[in-house]
Amino acid sequence: MELLSFGDTGWGDELFFATLMTIAVSIGAMAIGFLFALIFTPLKLSKNKTLNVIGNCYTTIIRGVPELLVIYLLFFGGTGAAMYVASIFGYDGYIEINAFITGALAIGIISGAYSTEVFRGAILSIDKGQFEASKVLGLKKNIQFYKVILPQMLRLSIPNLSNVWQITLKDTSLISVTGLVEIMRQSYIAAGSTRDPLFFYSVAAVLYLILTFLSMKIINKLEVRYNKGF
Amino acid sequence: MISIFPSLLNGAVITLKLLVSSMFFGLLIGLLFAILRINKNPIINKFAYGYSYFFRGTPLLVQLYLIYYGLANIEFLRNSFLWVIIREPYWCAIIAFSLNTGAYTSEILRSAFQTIKEGYIEAAQSLGVTKKITFYKIQIPIAIKQSLPAYGNEIILMLKGTSLASVITIMDLMGEARKVNVLTFKPFEAFITAGIIYLFLTFIIHNIVKYLEKKYGFQT
Repeated sequence: MELLSFGDTGWGDELFFATLMTIAVSIGAMAIGFLFALIFTPLKLSKNKTLNVIGNCYTTIIRGVPELLVIYLLFFGGTGAAMYVASIFGYDGYIEINAFITGALAIGIISGAYSTEVFRGAILSIDKGQFEASKVLGLKKNIQFYKVILPQMLRLSIPNLSNVWQITLKDTSLISVTGLVEIMRQSYIAAGSTRDPLFFYSVAAVLYLILTFLSMKIINKLEVRYNKGF
Repeated sequence: MISIFPSLLNGAVITLKLLVSSMFFGLLIGLLFAILRINKNPIINKFAYGYSYFFRGTPLLVQLYLIYYGLANIEFLRNSFLWVIIREPYWCAIIAFSLNTGAYTSEILRSAFQTIKEGYIEAAQSLGVTKKITFYKIQIPIAIKQSLPAYGNEIILMLKGTSLASVITIMDLMGEARKVNVLTFKPFEAFITAGIIYLFLTFIIHNIVKYLEKKYGFQT
């Protein structure tokens, strides 16, 4: 247990901050995912063939390749691309892209594909009458969306979004391969220096279980709250 | 791009081997734990629930590290005959993947078992079919049919999961792509080619499952 104490002798404080990092990356990734979903959901629902194909390509490709591949591509490719762009402007030094940003972006792209599917399903399951009624009432197009469709879409997507959140949370463990110090990376470091991998990976597993358990509780509360009127 | 193709294909073969063996063991584990989950004994029930909760609540990477680095830490395992298995990264990967997919499969099958219409079981009972035969000949086939679509998703998730084997030194498709990247400093070429192969595999699995669904699927 002294291995987990706070301060210089134990790994408690390191693991604590690593947990905060995991939470931060997950929230960042989820937010980026929402942005992607808000861009790609309309594309997937659009009647325009080209836009449709673009939307479908995004979700199909991202959901069909391993998460690790997206992370590696952004991490190695991103550095190369940034250095290439910089060399055009006459800077030839080595550029390292922040691991947090790359990680959150990579996981965000992945969770965005799942969120897109969730939003699409939610919009499709909104009663047709709602669209018609808001049109008949003469609401403007964007008011229709923000005041009628969006609130219902969010309510309908909470249960599935909670799944996406769980997936995102677990996917953040993969960012450890790029060196960002979150739970997984910190346990790896601790396991390496104390030669006790069994203990530290068990701690990591417990930390993830606590995170998934707590987020489940919070999401259930939200669900109850947003379903009050139904 | 063409020159790196053969090595990536070699990797893809390893990926498929990992996938097939972990899906096989995972299905057995999943079936076992699904049966334990619908057991009425609360201790057995809780045990099966705990298993699936642990493996679904933690990242696959943690499970893989626990088995690959963690198990080697236990003295008596190192001295037992099991050491032959757990010192090999390949077997560790298969153990981790099987346990992981087993947890998800058990949930899929459990919900399938629970949604079987009472009428089927009652009909079997009134025909005088024994409980055992009802289970093997009626409940299991129906559950498997009902869970085909969800199981298809699980296979694809597992295909993506096998890419983690590369972090414990296995040269699967992902591992080969990493090697190409390190040797040539061409990340886009390496990872995009690997991505295309992964997409191709996903596409094939998707279509096989779709075909099976059409052929054996349950129309209600």
